[in-house]
Amino acid sequence: MSILSPVIVDSLPYLLSGVFTTLGLVILALGLGLIMGIPMALLQVYGPAPLQYCVRTYIWIFRGLPILVLLFLFYFGIFPILAFDIAAFWIAAVVLGFRTAAYQSEIFRGAILSISEGQMLAARSLGMSRVCAIRTVILPQALRRALPGWTNEYPILLTDSSVCYAIGVAELLTRGNQIVARIGDPMTVYVIVAILFILLNYGGQWIFGRIENRYKIPGYGHGDA
Amino acid sequence: MGTVMHKMMNGEIILRVEDIHKCYGDIEVLKGVSFDVRRGETKVFIGPSGTGKSTLLRCINQLTIPDSGCIWLNDEEVIYGGPRINQLRQKIGMVFQNFNLFDHLTAVANVEIALIRVKGMSKADARKKALEELKQVGLLDKANAYPAELSGGQAQRLSIARALAMDPEVILFDEPTSSLDPELTREVLEVMKRLARAGMTMLVVTHEMGFALSVANEILFMEHGTIVEKGSPSDIQTSPAFARTRMFLGTFQDD
Amino acid sequence: MIDLQFDFEILLPALYKGALVTFALILVSAPFGFLNGIGIALGRTYGNRLVSRLCQGYVLFFKGCPLLLLLFIIYFGLPSLGITFTAFTSAVIGFILCNGAYNSEYIRGGIQSVSSGQMTAALSLGMSRVQAIRSIILPQALRKSLPGLSNEFIYLIKYSSLAYMITVIEITGAGNIFAAKYFAFFEVFILIGIFYLGLVTVAGRIIAVIEKKIAIPGFGGV
Repeated sequence: MSILSPVIVDSLPYLLSGVFTTLGLVILALGLGLIMGIPMALLQVYGPAPLQYCVRTYIWIFRGLPILVLLFLFYFGIFPILAFDIAAFWIAAVVLGFRTAAYQSEIFRGAILSISEGQMLAARSLGMSRVCAIRTVILPQALRRALPGWTNEYPILLTDSSVCYAIGVAELLTRGNQIVARIGDPMTVYVIVAILFILLNYGGQWIFGRIENRYKIPGYGHGDA
Repeated sequence: MGTVMHKMMNGEIILRVEDIHKCYGDIEVLKGVSFDVRRGETKVFIGPSGTGKSTLLRCINQLTIPDSGCIWLNDEEVIYGGPRINQLRQKIGMVFQNFNLFDHLTAVANVEIALIRVKGMSKADARKKALEELKQVGLLDKANAYPAELSGGQAQRLSIARALAMDPEVILFDEPTSSLDPELTREVLEVMKRLARAGMTMLVVTHEMGFALSVANEILFMEHGTIVEKGSPSDIQTSPAFARTRMFLGTFQDD
Repeated sequence: MIDLQFDFEILLPALYKGALVTFALILVSAPFGFLNGIGIALGRTYGNRLVSRLCQGYVLFFKGCPLLLLLFIIYFGLPSLGITFTAFTSAVIGFILCNGAYNSEYIRGGIQSVSSGQMTAALSLGMSRVQAIRSIILPQALRKSLPGLSNEFIYLIKYSSLAYMITVIEITGAGNIFAAKYFAFFEVFILIGIFYLGLVTVAGRIIAVIEKKIAIPGFGGV
């Protein structure tokens, strides 16, 4: 029953390697969400109406569906139909990524809209093309403003990643359950898993906080500059 | 003064504004505005707020697209959607009421960015030019400050430097001192005066009547979307033909 | 033999039963999650050092620990300590604990945004601290925290699907069981998806109406 009982200690390495799976899911999803989220936000703000509508529909669907339903839909429904034979881990990363892309694009969209119209006017008055103005003036500012909201996706993804247990991805919670099935003592194992999640959660948030500080610019971070 | 005036009168016309109309919804903001600008000339637009002065300036570089009318810069039409609109805008500098500095860039980078991205200058050349322009407006010591760290007056001088760096043929000033305290206003007007004396072509929308009377070659009084009266500062102060302009000036001097 | 015939006449009643369980989960959890949030927020803001610290720890734990793990702890873990709940009760307890932690953060933000002058004015009228909190501070704070609370309610709708992982046959579970039996995952999860999208969208509309109804000048869009 003790945390230090030999059976528990023996299974710790197996559990701990789940940390890498969990972090792998989160990092892949964050990256995919970023790669998709920024263009989606740009399309929503600057794109033609039909594309705006497509992006809005995408966001509506991926924000509206429970993560469990999305995982089942992709794992049992969409990927088998497409005849892809892909490991559950990659499907999970894609689903988490698609979902956070919807949230991230809203964060970026809000940040882009918060940049005053005058910035675009000034850039254009200097002879910049629209694309050049977006790239050199609007986006650098919007991304900085989006940073706090963006990093907030980390704890959400981390806790959501545990749901990938449902499709058998060997992340932390799945491994915890496997250990429970083997040695019993669910309470001790779950408490250890909970501690690991909490450490990952607040440890990661601390690191993101450091990054935010590093990229701080006078006039940013106090709401509207 | 006499020689400058002389040069101006004979100077070539570099900017021609022809019959500009602009509506916002049902409201006609500009009802056919035309004028010519000669090289080295300073024109000051005055008049009550909401009479289309700022819209007019924005129409000149097509930040606002006029409903009808033409803008010509050196015999080339400035037209939105035209293939050379970005090149033409480089030649028409603009200074905004609320500065519109790029908040994520230091002062020197604000001046550099368009040199690098638009003119394709090397970073070293752009830096050199940017520092020169900062020196022009007395901001060399603030080169590495961010816009949020500048006073309003410093910010506006920086935005003038940013416009100057592009070597424009003409600079549009859209109420450049309206959001500044009186002391800060003075330092910005000083810079503008120096520019005018150095022969920069300037179109200025302002409520600073002292500046208008002492610096302008021509004052244009606008009301309800048209130019109602226009003349040299001395004409406006003395000639009976400028009753309305003087009445408007009077309300300001009483303030 | 497995009947591979996809049949709406069997599917729809199964989903209907599941949907009822989903509604039950949400409707039981939401009010208690709300009250829990108020309690934690008040404890953190007005409690003594110990209470405040405890509430802070509560929020840190329940925001840091995945909801699914929390459900496992309650349903599979607690029995080893001699505490047993049914699957449905376990799910509801988990939702209330987790939802309360998130709600409390919004409510605390709302309380802090009410100016301290409000409390001073209430006390100067002879109200007790408790009266002041109840009839002056909270009504303002809750209005200000409404957008956040609404968001959490939408999250609750979606996360209620996790109850299936501890054997509560709500709509996702009912669908999954049917889909596995008839091998019709795509069709079933499209239907379930429509159910959730509809539910979330309708809930969003209702919330917007409520927000409008109880709106007071000066309390818009915090």
